[in-house]
Amino acid sequence: MSSTAEHAESHAHGHGLGEAVTHNAAKFGMWLFLGTEILLFGGLFAAYALFRAKFPDLFYDSHKKLDVTLGAINTIVLIFSSFTMALAVSASQRRNRKWLIILLAITFICGAAFGVNKYFEYSAKFHHHIYPETNIFFALYFMMTGLHMLHVFLGMGIILALIIMAKQGRFKEGNRYTPVEVGGLYWHLVDLIWIYLFPLLYLIG
Amino acid sequence: MANGVMTQTQYIPYLAEKGLKSWILTTDHKRIGILYLITISFFFMIAGLTALGMRYELMTPELDFFRTATEYNIAFTLHGSLMVFFFIVPGIAASFGNFLIPLMIGARDVAFPRINLLSFWIYLVGTAILLSALAQPADTGWTFYTPYSIQTGTKVIMITLGVFVLGFSSILTGMNFIVTIHKLRAPGMTWSRLPLFIWASYATAILQLLATPVVGITLLLLIAERAFDIGFFDPAKGGDPILFQNFFWFYSHPAVYIMVIPAFGIISEIIPVFARKPIFGYKAIAYSSFAIAIISFFVWLHHMFVSGISETAAAIFSFLTMLVAIPTAVKVFNWTATLYKGSIDFHSSMLYALSFIVLFTVGGLTGVYLGALAVDVHLHDTYFIVAHMHYVMIGGTVMGFFGALHFWYQKWFGKVFNELIAKIAWFLIFVGFNVTFFPQFFMGFQGMPRRYATYPEEYISYHALSTYGSWILGLGILIMTVNLLIPLWKKGRPESSNPYGSLSLEWQVPSPPPHENFDEIPTVTDWTYAYGKK
Repeated sequence: MSSTAEHAESHAHGHGLGEAVTHNAAKFGMWLFLGTEILLFGGLFAAYALFRAKFPDLFYDSHKKLDVTLGAINTIVLIFSSFTMALAVSASQRRNRKWLIILLAITFICGAAFGVNKYFEYSAKFHHHIYPETNIFFALYFMMTGLHMLHVFLGMGIILALIIMAKQGRFKEGNRYTPVEVGGLYWHLVDLIWIYLFPLLYLIG
Repeated sequence: MANGVMTQTQYIPYLAEKGLKSWILTTDHKRIGILYLITISFFFMIAGLTALGMRYELMTPELDFFRTATEYNIAFTLHGSLMVFFFIVPGIAASFGNFLIPLMIGARDVAFPRINLLSFWIYLVGTAILLSALAQPADTGWTFYTPYSIQTGTKVIMITLGVFVLGFSSILTGMNFIVTIHKLRAPGMTWSRLPLFIWASYATAILQLLATPVVGITLLLLIAERAFDIGFFDPAKGGDPILFQNFFWFYSHPAVYIMVIPAFGIISEIIPVFARKPIFGYKAIAYSSFAIAIISFFVWLHHMFVSGISETAAAIFSFLTMLVAIPTAVKVFNWTATLYKGSIDFHSSMLYALSFIVLFTVGGLTGVYLGALAVDVHLHDTYFIVAHMHYVMIGGTVMGFFGALHFWYQKWFGKVFNELIAKIAWFLIFVGFNVTFFPQFFMGFQGMPRRYATYPEEYISYHALSTYGSWILGLGILIMTVNLLIPLWKKGRPESSNPYGSLSLEWQVPSPPPHENFDEIPTVTDWTYAYGKK
């Protein structure tokens, strides 16, 4: 859409911006933000590449102490949650409030399940006296999964806010589902980063 | 150039609403710009005072002003980290960027006004963390190099956490500006008509988005290193201290351009107005900002020529470093060509702009020296670096910042300052700056290392001269500040909303601008620099 047309539309809405402009701007802004998130993790991935090249044996031996089953379950849980999130976005576009809330709730529960699972994993490690300072591999493991976990919590907070907004009936008209779509983008990134973390940490062959 | 011009009467200026709440909860980009301006100026003053303290210490070879060398180390760490992270990186981008971007492109505000306010609040949280860190300040230098930053007994975590938090503010602001420039341009404001300050802000915002997250994770790792003992940067644990330097400069070199590209934009706005000529080489100036932004990501190793990197890498990065000089010189030549046969008005802001061209050229050319490998080995960590860096940062960015303050002062605050005093202040600043930093090139060349509180007798004349210069510079800045502060308490508004006859959109609205900038979104019919045509 050309800039002129956007402004003609924004003018029709008085002093505020037009809905289409707001919607596009919000999505564009979120994509830019996701780029910065990838660069944030990029530093850790670069460190991973460096140290794995330097200490291949250490990485191989240490990764055996990770629980592949728990990791795999978490991977499935997150991928499934991405699916329900996508369905939630679709529900919001069809203004189906009931399904929007149900699907968002399922996504939220998946996030929580991921967290509980991770809690058991971490406590098992601590139980075996494995800490970030044990060696470089576990330093990376705890930093990467820890930072990712923080993002899961943030994403869950966003989803919770979306559920509350949906209950208040905020996404009823026009393009007002923008927050759901933008929140969905964020959740997919959280999922995507895990999809890289899982093989890099758990499946060193 | 545009319709929808308003008169100086009959409107509600954005400054009309009073009270604390109208400021701390404002989503008006002009007010948020002022909030940033106040905070960055505050940190500029504190960091400037620590610099004066350091210069006073260095007047004589012995340790006399500070009690211990560690105190001196703390002083330069404070000076460096406050100036870099709290003043000059957010500096022009956040203050003038906020004020000017929507006005210049013909929008009522930025794309996300509430996120804009959030950025400012995050910035304040960062400064609060930093101020709390001042109780037990660090002595690592602003670069926080490992392994020293892991081993030192001073508190490093708080100051790095403060910088980390600031990063979020920087990222959100950059994101906001990019989206604003893409989506909110007025009808007819095509990319090839955009003011060059907008092009510069866009390039800066891209750098903020791409570089800041990397320093974010670096500082986070440094914090984890100290808090959990993880050993990424500790050779005893298999870690790599050079990795920290790589991470750090991957951000901090582009950050140098985050600091200076907005100033390029400001100079490109001031010069055509006071030369009464269209800007020469519009496209070359616009694209060179991007060329600089792109190349800046591939030069970071030039900070590490003596850190033990391979000779091949050093040679490649030396070449890439010199490459930056090309787009930078393109700008300087174009500004000079704009002045050629112009009808030049030496307004105070123009004096700053002209000083910028001279001083930045000195800073830029000495940068090319330092990019040459053999020369760098000799000059690394000497006062030559200090002088080069200050010629770029003060001679470049700060001159641009002061120029912008004088140029947009009437527009932003709706008041008029005393032009004669402004010129006197400029003269003191220009002379004081050169007296302070020019001798440092010589003493650096003769081997005076940076970051020492004491030095051999033979450097005393250079150091003393430099200290006298710092007093002239300080006096100039003081006079300028007072001159700019006094009118704020005076009543009345400027007679004209466009005293310098600028064609840019922000000058077509009254001073100070109305609450939502434009009564009606203007339609743009010509580029911003059509001086002499009409």
